[in-house]
Amino acid sequence: MSGATGTNGTPAAGDGTTPENAGGREPPERRDDSPVHRDDSPVHRDSWRRLAGLTPARIALGRVGAGLPTAEVLRFSLAHAQARDAVHTPFESATVAAGIAGLGFETVTVSSAATGRDIYLRRPDLGRRLSAEGRATLEALHQGDPAAAPDIALVVADGLSSTAIHVQAVPFLAAFRARLVENGWRTGPVVVASQARVALGDEVGAALGARCVVVLVGERPGLSSPDSLGLYLTFEPKVGRTDAERNCISNVRGEGLSHDLAAFKLAWLLKEALARRLTGVQLKDESDLLLVAGRAPPLRLPEAAS
Amino acid sequence: MAYRHMIGARSWVFADLRELMAKATPPRSGDMLAGIAAASAEENVAARMCLAEVPLATFLTEALVPYEADEVTRLVIDTHDAAAFAPVAHLTVGDFRDFLLSERATPAVLAALAPGITPEMAAAVSKLMRNQDLIMVAKKCRVVTRFRNTIGLPGTMAVRLQPNHPTDDPAGITAAILDGLLYGCGDAVIGINPASDSVPVLSELLKLVDGIIQRFDIPTQGCLLTHVTTSVEVINRGVPVDLVFQSVAGTQAANASFGIDLAVLKEGHEAALSLKRGTVGDNVMYFETGQGSALSANAHHGVDQQTLEARAYAVCRPFRPLLVNTVVGFIGPEYLYDGKQIIRAGLEDHFCGKLMGVPLGCDVCYTNHAEADQDDMDTLMTLLGAAGVTYIMGIPGSDDVMLNYQSTSFHDQLYLREVLGLRRAPEFARWLTEMGIAEADGRLRPQGANHPLLAAAPGLAA
Repeated sequence: MSGATGTNGTPAAGDGTTPENAGGREPPERRDDSPVHRDDSPVHRDSWRRLAGLTPARIALGRVGAGLPTAEVLRFSLAHAQARDAVHTPFESATVAAGIAGLGFETVTVSSAATGRDIYLRRPDLGRRLSAEGRATLEALHQGDPAAAPDIALVVADGLSSTAIHVQAVPFLAAFRARLVENGWRTGPVVVASQARVALGDEVGAALGARCVVVLVGERPGLSSPDSLGLYLTFEPKVGRTDAERNCISNVRGEGLSHDLAAFKLAWLLKEALARRLTGVQLKDESDLLLVAGRAPPLRLPEAAS
Repeated sequence: MAYRHMIGARSWVFADLRELMAKATPPRSGDMLAGIAAASAEENVAARMCLAEVPLATFLTEALVPYEADEVTRLVIDTHDAAAFAPVAHLTVGDFRDFLLSERATPAVLAALAPGITPEMAAAVSKLMRNQDLIMVAKKCRVVTRFRNTIGLPGTMAVRLQPNHPTDDPAGITAAILDGLLYGCGDAVIGINPASDSVPVLSELLKLVDGIIQRFDIPTQGCLLTHVTTSVEVINRGVPVDLVFQSVAGTQAANASFGIDLAVLKEGHEAALSLKRGTVGDNVMYFETGQGSALSANAHHGVDQQTLEARAYAVCRPFRPLLVNTVVGFIGPEYLYDGKQIIRAGLEDHFCGKLMGVPLGCDVCYTNHAEADQDDMDTLMTLLGAAGVTYIMGIPGSDDVMLNYQSTSFHDQLYLREVLGLRRAPEFARWLTEMGIAEADGRLRPQGANHPLLAAAPGLAA
C-alpha cells in the first residue's frame, strides 16, 4: 500500500453552536475558568478545542447533556449523505468516456455481470466478471489485431464511489498520460466499466492480452472522503488473481495523494512490474525515495514528444 | 444423516445438520451469497421447527466442520466439559431455549453451564430466539475479567477508547486520547488500530499510550491492534505491551488466511503473560471477530456465517481474554445487508459469546455502502446496553478517520449511561472522580482549560 496522507480539513469544533464570549463580556456571576454555560446556551463547549487542529478526527465537539450539539449532528448527517450519494449516484459512463476521449485515448464502455446497484452490492462475485456483451466487445477488439496487444490495459471502474470517478478519473488520466508518453508504453482503449469491482480488470486485461492491467476504482467512501480514487496494478491479468498479487495506491484525491504524485508512483510501480514480471506483496513501493521535497520529479519526455 | 419436518402435507428435507443450521438462520445476505440460505420464508421456519427437535448432544457427534480437517472442531470436541454439560445433556434445542428463558437459568447456573456449551449449540438455540430472548438471556450471563480494572460487573459497561489516526501521528493520537478520557472513556482499553505495521512505529505508539497511563496512573490498559506475531516481536524488544491482540475466525482455514493458528495464539498469550503487567488480574488477550470473515476467505465449509462466528468465540475461550468484540457491520452489505440484519447479528453474537462464557463487546458499526445509518446504531447500542454488553467502542464523533467506517462515539456511551444507568469499571470510575472529570454519579463535570490531563497535550505543555 502506498502511504497516502489524508488530512481532512475538520472545521473548528462547535462552529455556530455558541457565540464565544459574545459581546466581550463574561457573565458577572462566573468567576472560575469554567467554559460552560456562556450566556444562556445549554451547550458545553470543550476547553481543549484547539487540539482539534492536530487530527482529522472529530474531537472536542462539545455536548448538550449527553448528546451532540445540533450543528454537529447536521455536519455528520451531511457527510454521511455525501458518502451515501457517492455509492448510489448513477455512474455516467458515457460522460466519463467522452472526457477520457478528450485526452486523446480511445475508449470502450462495458458493464459487469451485476445488472443493478442493489445486485452489485449484494453480489461482489458478479461485479468481478464481465457481462456476456462486454466480454464479446473486448474479445472482438483483441481479435481485430492480436499483434497490437497493449503493455498496459487501463480500466476505469465505478467501484463503490461513482462520485470518485466523476471527479478524479479524467484529471488523473491527464497526469498519467504524460507518464505513459515518457515511458513509451502502449495502451489499449481505456475500458470504462459500470458496476465493476477491482477484479474485473483481470478479465478485461486477459481479453485484451495486456501484460499489465491498471484499474482506477472508486474507493469505499469514508465519512470524510466520499470521492477517493484507488489505483490497482496487476501483472499478467487473468481471472482468479488474488489481492495478494496486486499493488495498490489509495486515497488519490484533493486532500490526499495528488494526481501528479499518484501518476508518478503508478509509473514507478509499472516500470518495476514490467521489469521484474510480477506485482503484489513481493513488489514494495519505494518510489518515495525519488521524491524531491515531497513532489514527483519532473517528466523526462522523449524529444519527439516534448 | 438427513433431517425431515412435515408441515401439513409437505415434507421438508435437510441433507445434514450443516444444511439444517444454515436454512434455520434468520435471513442475511452473506448466507445468500454463499448459496446456503433457505429458499423461502416457509423453508426457513420449517428448518427452525426441525432444529427445535434436534437433541443438543447431537452437536457433540455430528461435526459441521470435519474433525479431521479443522483444529477448531478438534479444540471444541476435545476440550468439551461433559460435567458442565450434564444438566442440559437431555434437552433438545427447543427445550434448551425454554430452559434458558426460565427462572431456573440463574446467573450462577448459566456461568457453571458455559464450559459445556459448544459454539454450535449456542448458535442453534439462538436461531430459535427472538431479539428479546437474545437480550433477556445474555443479561443473565456474567463474565467478569481483570487486568488493571474489573470489566463485566453487573450494571456496568466499559468503553474502548479508539484514537485512530490515518498516518499514526503521535500528536493526533494523543489529542484523541485526551478527548476520550475527558469524556469518561477508556476503561475497557485504549486501543489503537495502527496504519503502519512497522515495528519502530508500533513501538513508539505503545510507549505513547503507556506513558499516558503511567503519568496519570490510569487504571486501564493499552493495546495496539496489530498481528499477534508482531506483538510478540515487540515484546521481545522490551517494549511495554499490556494486551496482545488478534483477529480470529471460526475455521482453521479462515484463521490461516489471517496468518495464525492456535499454536501462534498460544505463543502470543504466553508472551503477554510473561510480562505480568496486570495489577488486579491476568486476562491479557484482546480478540476481534465478525460474521462473514470465513466466507470472505473462502473458508466456510458450507456452514452459515453466524455459526462460524460462534466458533470464533471457541477459539478465544481457552486464552481467557480480557475483551472480545464482534465488529458487526464492518465487512459490508454482502454479509449483513442493512440495519435490520446488523442489529440481529449484533444481538446473536453477543448472546452466543456470553452463553459460552466469553466477555463479549460489540463494535456497533456500519459502512457507507450498507443500508444503515446512525438511527440503526442507536437502536443496536440501546438493545446491547439492555443486554448487558461488556463494552462498546468510543470513537471521536463516530467517524473512524483511519478505517473509514462509523462506530459508537464518546457521546454515545454518555447517552447509554444516562438512559440505562450503566456505570463504568469501578476502578476507572474512581479515577475519573479523583481527577475531577466525572461526578460520583458518573456524569461529566464541566472542564476548564487548565485540567491536569491537558498538560499532556502536544503543543500546550507549560
